Amino acid sequence: MSDFTSDFALHGGISLSRIGAMILRYWYLLLSSWPRLLELTYWPVLQVITWGFLQTYIAQNANFFARAGGTLIGAVILWDILFRGQLGFSISFLEEMWARNLGNLMMSPLKPIEFLLALMAMSLIRLAIGVIPMALLALFLFHFNFFGLGLPLIAFFCNLIFTSWAVGIFVSGLVLRNGLGAESIVWTLMFALMPLACVYYPVHVLPPWLQYVSWSLPPTYVFEGMRALLIDHVFRADLMLSALVMNAALLVASFAAFLALLRSARRNGSLLGGGE
Amino acid sequence: MNVIDQVSHSVLPVDANLPAAIEVSRLTKVYKQTRAVDDISFAIARGSTTGLLGGNGAGKTTTIAMIMGLVLPTAGRVRVLGHEMPREAACVLGRMNFESPYVDMPMRLTVRQNLTIFGRLYAVEHLRERIAQLAADLDLNDFIDRPNGKLSAGQKTRVALAKALINQPELLLLDEPTASLDPDTADWVREHLENYRKTHQATILLASHNMLEVERLCDRVIILKRGRIEDDDSPDGIMARYNRTTLEEVFLDVARGRNRESAS
Repeated sequence: MSDFTSDFALHGGISLSRIGAMILRYWYLLLSSWPRLLELTYWPVLQVITWGFLQTYIAQNANFFARAGGTLIGAVILWDILFRGQLGFSISFLEEMWARNLGNLMMSPLKPIEFLLALMAMSLIRLAIGVIPMALLALFLFHFNFFGLGLPLIAFFCNLIFTSWAVGIFVSGLVLRNGLGAESIVWTLMFALMPLACVYYPVHVLPPWLQYVSWSLPPTYVFEGMRALLIDHVFRADLMLSALVMNAALLVASFAAFLALLRSARRNGSLLGGGE
Repeated sequence: MNVIDQVSHSVLPVDANLPAAIEVSRLTKVYKQTRAVDDISFAIARGSTTGLLGGNGAGKTTTIAMIMGLVLPTAGRVRVLGHEMPREAACVLGRMNFESPYVDMPMRLTVRQNLTIFGRLYAVEHLRERIAQLAADLDLNDFIDRPNGKLSAGQKTRVALAKALINQPELLLLDEPTASLDPDTADWVREHLENYRKTHQATILLASHNMLEVERLCDRVIILKRGRIEDDDSPDGIMARYNRTTLEEVFLDVARGRNRESAS
């Protein structure tokens, strides 16, 4: 049996009880620390206020933006789903590194796949705490009803959260293998996607060669889809399906990378300690 | 020699048909240019307490980490409770546990919350009662609802021990279990470990620098030096061979390169 299939075989028989135990662990942690709770809403609220007023100003001075109401605020909220989804995943993982608790977990019956599923659940919980107040603020301050996007919002959300988990799984593997010296990747990697995923502008603004790179990223399809919905009032199911297929491939690849990095961490002994 | 025969002081009878608790065969670990563990083999009988002795860098922690499956060997194999590690780890991880100074319990969580989470991870039945029992046994009740980060070193060690015993493990791996404890607390922990082994027929493998601890707890001692087994016998057998009256004197002989003949 190859290393990969042998690792994969270890991940069968998922226990909801163990996943629940890990979610409870992070829930206790959140409740024990008001700065952690505040941090979840602080930046999203600041973002929506800043970009909301900018959009209001531009809309008053440009016909196009008046017609395309909400594209900037919509983009800010969707970007936050992508960014905070990954951050929520990765910070929960980092909590184990900071607490030097990874050895306890890896020696327990908790399987890596269960650990990752718990981190995904926590990313949803943390996202809800951060993004729901953000969306409500956009509604009351700028009359932009994010939830009014309707069913397409589900497609946007699912695609963005899948990308954020794929990136989160991969960077967690990097930190597992390289220790906390690689922590900065957790905070910065997603920003590398920002200009390429065309969060605030359409893909055709990019030079032709860069457009190919942009279309290789699933979030690009979501932001293009959002603009099509808000500007042309068309739901582009084709874009969402393309993003879904790419996300499925990304998730499989990131899980395989995580297993390879975990095996490498076991080989070089970095699971004990997990320092710099 | 049969691995079961190697145990001279087991208090309760163990099933001789069961495989050894731990079987290590030609185990080697190389980190880049360093041979941390160099071709060691041993078997540890069920119901015994074995001490791994050796100076800093002798390979004790790496050996224990390979037995736990946290570190992959470069060569050789490890079987725990009859299962190949780490390939069959899922079959045994729920039946073993460990305590090590290289890991901590989450600091912001209370003792009760930590024990609840680990109890759930280990699928402990009647968890509330089990935590209450551990709290009584290990005298945790005064601080059970206090965050782990606010406890003294001695209290933290007791909590770590409670976590290590939460699933009533058949195999307990301990790395420096009484490090940084005052003599009274350390003695108390040793007594608890002795009682646990007797009442549960558990197997204990411990790495320690504390020779008195090893003399008191262990019915077998494996001395490691530069990743290799230097000696392997009962404490009395080793002391007799070196013509010494304490394991500490033996340890110094081994560490300073005095062999058995010249030591005597």
